[in-house]
Amino acid sequence: MRPFFAGARDTIPMLVGAAPFGVIFGTLAIGAGLPVWLTLGLSALVFAGSSQFVAVSLLGGGAAVPVIWLTTFVVNLRHALYSATLLPYARALPARWRWALAFWLTDETFAVVENQLRHHTSLHDGARYWLGSSLAMYGNWQVWTLAGVLLGQSVPGLATLGLDFAMVATFAAIVALQLRDRPVLCAALAAGAVALLARDLPYKLGLMLAAIAGVATGMLAEAWFGSNEASTQEESAP
Amino acid sequence: MNSTWALVLAGMVVVTYGIRLSFLVFGHRLTFPRWLERALRYVPAAVLTALVVPMALAPQGVVDLGVHNAYLPGTVAAVAVALWSRQTLAAILGGFVVYGVWRWLLV
Repeated sequence: MRPFFAGARDTIPMLVGAAPFGVIFGTLAIGAGLPVWLTLGLSALVFAGSSQFVAVSLLGGGAAVPVIWLTTFVVNLRHALYSATLLPYARALPARWRWALAFWLTDETFAVVENQLRHHTSLHDGARYWLGSSLAMYGNWQVWTLAGVLLGQSVPGLATLGLDFAMVATFAAIVALQLRDRPVLCAALAAGAVALLARDLPYKLGLMLAAIAGVATGMLAEAWFGSNEASTQEESAP
Repeated sequence: MNSTWALVLAGMVVVTYGIRLSFLVFGHRLTFPRWLERALRYVPAAVLTALVVPMALAPQGVVDLGVHNAYLPGTVAAVAVALWSRQTLAAILGGFVVYGVWRWLLV
């Protein structure tokens, strides 16, 4: 099979996993009062599921623009780690390839591509495999976002029906699956406590405080309990 | 409001693409500090919990642990199903069912 299609094929399980999040994102964004162009624009141009969800939640809550940018930065900073990890396989590629592949870098494509590149394939085949995975994820995310937008538009008032709870449930489920060791649990508890206490701060600044408190607590707990390095995994939205 | 939204989108694009470009395009000179790599492990759990807890415990802005706050049992159910099944989607659906039934019973 040609490497491009092999990359897309190996990404199929990730496509299935991301689909419901695309629909939920589109529906929630419309329900939260975002215009269609912004909802589709976030998926087409930002293309980073967790930060898109967070942005909807913050826009709905009246956060200040710099707070949204800063939160996006913090939430997506893990992509720098992927960018660094994949660099050895991409170093010899032409710049236009690296610019393009970087745009489509997600948790899912990283997981699929890194596994493949680590084991075999030439530079030429590896790049095409990577592109196939990237474009499959990208097309999939656009389609399901659009489906969510259409759903949100055809059923007005979904948000008041309690669809905003879908976001809480989605985040809670993702977090619960990440509570794999004590430092992460400590980080989550500290972040939750600070977020609750600081919820009345303007511009959603409490979220930033909570994130900092959570990360600091996690690192302290890691020093205290010892780390669990082997189990670094990421959440499931792109 | 339109221009604010465009500003939000533009900033998010610059920030996100910039991070993704970091090493792949500008990276030959960058190094990733070890402490930052460790810190990043805690970011998703910290940020998502920080979003969930106030919404679950104080959906109207005031802490509400009473029976009329359906967010709380729904969130607890989502976490419980996630820990039990290890399936994100099952957890979301489970949380949603409990939330919906809870609201329906109270209305």
